[in-house]
Amino acid sequence: MSSVADPVVLALRNPAALASLSLRQWEALIAQARRTNLLARIAFELDDFGSLPQVPPAPRVHLEAAKTLALAQADAVRREVAYIDGALAAAGFPVVLLKGAAYLIACLPAARGRLFSDIDILVPHGALANVEATLMLHGWHTSKTAAYDQRYYREWMHELPPLKHAKRQTLLDVHHAILPITARLKPDSTKLLAASRPLSGEPRLRVLAPVDMVLHSATHLFCNEDVGNNLRDLVDLDNLLGEFAKQESFWSRLIARAGELDLTRPLYYALRYAVRVLDTSVPPGVLRQADIGRPPSMLRTLMDALFLRTLLPGRATGRLASLARGSLYVRAHWLRMPPLLLAHHLTVKALRREPVTGNG
Amino acid sequence: MIVADLSYGELTSRLAYGGLRLRTGPVVTRIQSRLSNVAQGLALHYADHAVEDAQGFADFHVCVAPPRNLRRWVKPQVYFQFDGASPFLPLPADQAFPMLEWGLNWCVSHHCHQYLIVHAACVERSGLAVLLPGSPGSGKSTLCAALASRGWRLLSDELALLDLVTRNVVPLPRPISLKNASIAAIGRFVPDAKLGPPVHDTVKGSIAHMRPPADSVRRAEERARPRWITMPRYQSGAQARLVPLSKARAFMHLADHAFNYDVHGRRGFDLLAQVVDGCDCFDFRYSTLEDAVTVFDDMVRQV
Repeated sequence: MSSVADPVVLALRNPAALASLSLRQWEALIAQARRTNLLARIAFELDDFGSLPQVPPAPRVHLEAAKTLALAQADAVRREVAYIDGALAAAGFPVVLLKGAAYLIACLPAARGRLFSDIDILVPHGALANVEATLMLHGWHTSKTAAYDQRYYREWMHELPPLKHAKRQTLLDVHHAILPITARLKPDSTKLLAASRPLSGEPRLRVLAPVDMVLHSATHLFCNEDVGNNLRDLVDLDNLLGEFAKQESFWSRLIARAGELDLTRPLYYALRYAVRVLDTSVPPGVLRQADIGRPPSMLRTLMDALFLRTLLPGRATGRLASLARGSLYVRAHWLRMPPLLLAHHLTVKALRREPVTGNG
Repeated sequence: MIVADLSYGELTSRLAYGGLRLRTGPVVTRIQSRLSNVAQGLALHYADHAVEDAQGFADFHVCVAPPRNLRRWVKPQVYFQFDGASPFLPLPADQAFPMLEWGLNWCVSHHCHQYLIVHAACVERSGLAVLLPGSPGSGKSTLCAALASRGWRLLSDELALLDLVTRNVVPLPRPISLKNASIAAIGRFVPDAKLGPPVHDTVKGSIAHMRPPADSVRRAEERARPRWITMPRYQSGAQARLVPLSKARAFMHLADHAFNYDVHGRRGFDLLAQVVDGCDCFDFRYSTLEDAVTVFDDMVRQV
């Protein structure tokens, strides 16, 4: 299919095929992989195939450098998770790790070569005040100080304003749900917390159940306004599905759980694009059952045009692509808030002048 | 082929279309830009640098371009683009060349983790390198420019690349960035220096670049062993003098000034420890460039 024209997609689908690349094709691959935050992931894939030493020296240097960075980040995240766990130990409620940190601490293949910008945790809504106060005692402080931002997060969003550690400068997102309070879809957080699993060797830390982890990943990918990491997020999904498909009755539980959590639409999109772009192995019967979340066909055609533009780096440049990104930004907000609130929010954001933060 | 072999027309057409594949030390960057101040800056400062052919591998793709909105014409701005994304806020259009220079530094310091990268100027003599780590404003670039024009080989003005295996400095000779009063000081000290036009009101004040010596550019593949670590500080009226510095302090200073010390963990610690062990370490105050160069020349003679 057409998407294989992208070297980064080729690398993800069939790492063995990279042996025949010319230097110029390697150049395009390294640039695309770096742009999509997938360079380290591809380096580890090549490592698994034992073919990294055969990569020509010039591109290999970048693959090795990305591996070095990813390993350092994984160490840093393990350390940071231990700090968070230690800080919240006394407070006495479960801390559920989400996304990258969860994959890493649960030793899932999706963590291999994944880069991090922050750590996400999920806590019960009723515990938010206590969690925030406890974290502040241990050096975290809120990073958004404008009154509107505080209101935006605390009244409407599914997370506290991002917390930053004063000494280590690390970022922590404390979630009480996986979608905003104001969103149209309403997955019930108490169900997610109730089904969460302990981690071996970790007395307090937990992660979401496998089906919920997949549904969260799908929700994040298809309701998120920041499309820059879309391909990386789809790779997460592909990895999670590949790993969990080994478990008995995983697929039937996944379909049932999507219904329970009001997430049949994100699951439909997730499976559709994972299969189309990354050739993810999903049983045909499961795809038929996932059709319950299928949008009307005109909407689906539109979504194909928009998503494939943000998922495939080869299509991600030019005016149509920036139109696609803009449309998905508005769509993500549309899904997050009722129309009047959305109009209010976008007006406030448009009228406010962001402070200039320098040029690094 | 080097940049000077291209006519100005050929240079601008490469920059405007397929890109100029410019080699700087171990790095090849594909540069695209239609801006005349970028083309002029490259022609002046990179005259002796190699141009790679289109079949080879470019490490980074960068572009300096105006935005697609009103700021193309009204109070014009430019963006630095990297692999198609814009990692920095735009700057006024007359700062296009300094922005390219900062962008090229960023490409290396944020991606080349095959090295431990220290924010330091670095020069070499008799195969031995002196690292000049310093905070902005310490006078390291000025001192580096003065030494490079008096027989020392320029390894880098900004980024000392330390090879993790051999512990040698990998040269990255690029234009030397001079700020504010240093521009006139180097103009006086090095009358034949190839200085670009000063660009005013940048975040670092006024900036002018100096073309690196042709010999330093040609010998960019010759690595050098670190032999001295010298923390320079310009101080009005101070007598030029090397004051011994403890190895522990020198170590902490290098670690503080490394861009990717945290990325290398234990390996980075071991590398810096071995580099510091093999070096004489000094604090260095100076007020005149003439005296500073004399002190450095004496330092080599004593080996």
